[in-house]
Amino acid sequence: MSLIERFMRHPLIFGIGAIALLFLITNTIRVVPETQQGVVLRFGEPVALVNRYQPNQQFGASGAGLLAIIPFSDSIIWIDKRVRDVDMAGQQVLSTDQYRLNVDAFARYRITNPLQMYISARTEDRVADQLAPILGSVVRNELGKRQFAELLSPERGIIMQNIRRALDVQARQYGAEIVDVRIKKTDPPEGAPLDATYARMRSARVQEARTIEAQGLQQAQIIRADADAEAAGIYAAAYGKDPSFYDFYRAMQSYEHTFGADGSTPTGQSSIILSPGNDYLREFRGGNR
Amino acid sequence: MKTLREMRSAMAVLFNEGGGPWGGGNKGSGGSGSGGDTGGPRNPWSQPPEGDRPRGTNPSALDEFMKRARGVRGQMPEGSNPVRWIGYGVLAILALWIGLTSVHQIEPAERGVVTRLGRYSHTLSPGVSLTLPAPIDRVQTIDVSSLQTIDIPGGSGERLVLTGDQNIIDLEYSIGWKIRDPELFLFQSVEPETTIKSVAESAMRAAIANMPLNVAIGSGRNTIEAEVRQQMQTILDGYRTGVTVQRVTIKQTDPPEAVVDAFKEVTAAGSNAQTSVNNARTYAQQVLAKAKGEAGAFDRVYTQYKLAPEVTRRRMYYETMERVLSKVDKTIVEAPGVTPYLPLRELKRAPEPATGAAQ
Repeated sequence: MSLIERFMRHPLIFGIGAIALLFLITNTIRVVPETQQGVVLRFGEPVALVNRYQPNQQFGASGAGLLAIIPFSDSIIWIDKRVRDVDMAGQQVLSTDQYRLNVDAFARYRITNPLQMYISARTEDRVADQLAPILGSVVRNELGKRQFAELLSPERGIIMQNIRRALDVQARQYGAEIVDVRIKKTDPPEGAPLDATYARMRSARVQEARTIEAQGLQQAQIIRADADAEAAGIYAAAYGKDPSFYDFYRAMQSYEHTFGADGSTPTGQSSIILSPGNDYLREFRGGNR
Repeated sequence: MKTLREMRSAMAVLFNEGGGPWGGGNKGSGGSGSGGDTGGPRNPWSQPPEGDRPRGTNPSALDEFMKRARGVRGQMPEGSNPVRWIGYGVLAILALWIGLTSVHQIEPAERGVVTRLGRYSHTLSPGVSLTLPAPIDRVQTIDVSSLQTIDIPGGSGERLVLTGDQNIIDLEYSIGWKIRDPELFLFQSVEPETTIKSVAESAMRAAIANMPLNVAIGSGRNTIEAEVRQQMQTILDGYRTGVTVQRVTIKQTDPPEAVVDAFKEVTAAGSNAQTSVNNARTYAQQVLAKAKGEAGAFDRVYTQYKLAPEVTRRRMYYETMERVLSKVDKTIVEAPGVTPYLPLRELKRAPEPATGAAQ
């Protein structure tokens, strides 16, 4: 007799049987994903951990896959195995030299002890909620011990290490491990501090502008002086060959210029009163006497 | 292969091919688990033989089924037809499902990460691959070739960054990254993109905080980009995110809006200074040209003068006097004894405008 014939004869029994089987299977078999770790609870009491995070695990060899549980009595709490972020925004920090800064930070953590986490916080989101204020206060404490200049690049040195360690101690209580802590932003707070910074920047620019202008003038002056000096040198070299002839030559030029004989326009009209004894009129008087 | 054959025969039923698979060697019955059937099923869409036809016109498949369910006997062969048909339909859907979910075509730019019942199994390379059907094997295709971009700040986010000399700059940049390791990318971090963004902000601010303002908005761009890229890669590798930071591009570094005028003043001062210098250079060139010209002229005259000093000297003297005296009023006074009456010219001149006015 074929299966279908049997089924035809007792459809109800077969149907109920199939549904019951399916029900049993779905309550017995659990698929453990690669990204989750689980706490198996038997009537609310934790009895096992599945796919728990271990350092240096290989994917595919960590305990993910099928899992059989006792139906109806066992249940599984899933807890993320991946690294998660917790953000801390806009924490005000007062440096030892009384500067205020707005600091944003983030921490990366991972649940390493799912049972501990389940007992102390129940869900991953609540772990994040608990860690955020702790991160804030740790950051504030640690940065508050520093000078402003040090806060500008707190990535350096041991500051971040200290913050990470302090936060890690707290995170252990929630079965979590802090992978890393980083400062995202360090900004002066809005309002007066920011305006003061702007004012300082502006004055620095004005100073720079004036300095540049003054340097330009200075350079110009030197260029002029150099040219004058060089010209003097040229003159000296040329005229120095015969000072007495230069004297005569220059006098002639000077006369021409003064009286407008070289085409220039003299400023005042000129009259000349000559004495017959003048050297120019020597021949006038009939030759050399 | 068995399923394929089943599918083919089920298809034949669906499309009512000729006499159907039942006429042609009863291929399908083996797979359905109803091999014990006698007589073989008939094509449900063809008319049943006249003699076997039940009373009433055109009884539907459902009617037949209901009849069977109620325990009506004696029409066994006809009655099993619709049931079989349903069976083959289910098989066809199943086969289609298997076909669709177990054959995967991976593009050259992609990798397929296969998880078997939740557990990571293997990664598919480009090409066509087979896996177990869907609920058992799941394939997540990950694009590993195309460059993904994150703009920081996206939209109207915070753009001000503090520099090493405690100034503030307005900064806009973008991060280009791609997935290097699909497994790490999928299984290691909750939100890899958020992580990349946070890391970028952290690295960028650290880099800018080590630079004075002028370098940050000027020549330091390339240095910052390279430094941030390298820093990000180190941090992200430390997190095992499985991504490669391809490039960091600073799109804009400016002084903040509030102080931009002061910065323009610096630029203006620069051009003012340049103007001063240029003017001075012009002056210098003029002065030197004049000096060279005059010295050259003197040299030439002097050369001639040396050849015949006395004559040249006298010639120059007379020529100059000629030119000068031709232009001026001359009065020759026999001195001593006569006191020159001055101003002579004014005397002579004064009547002229007067006469001019009288006329």
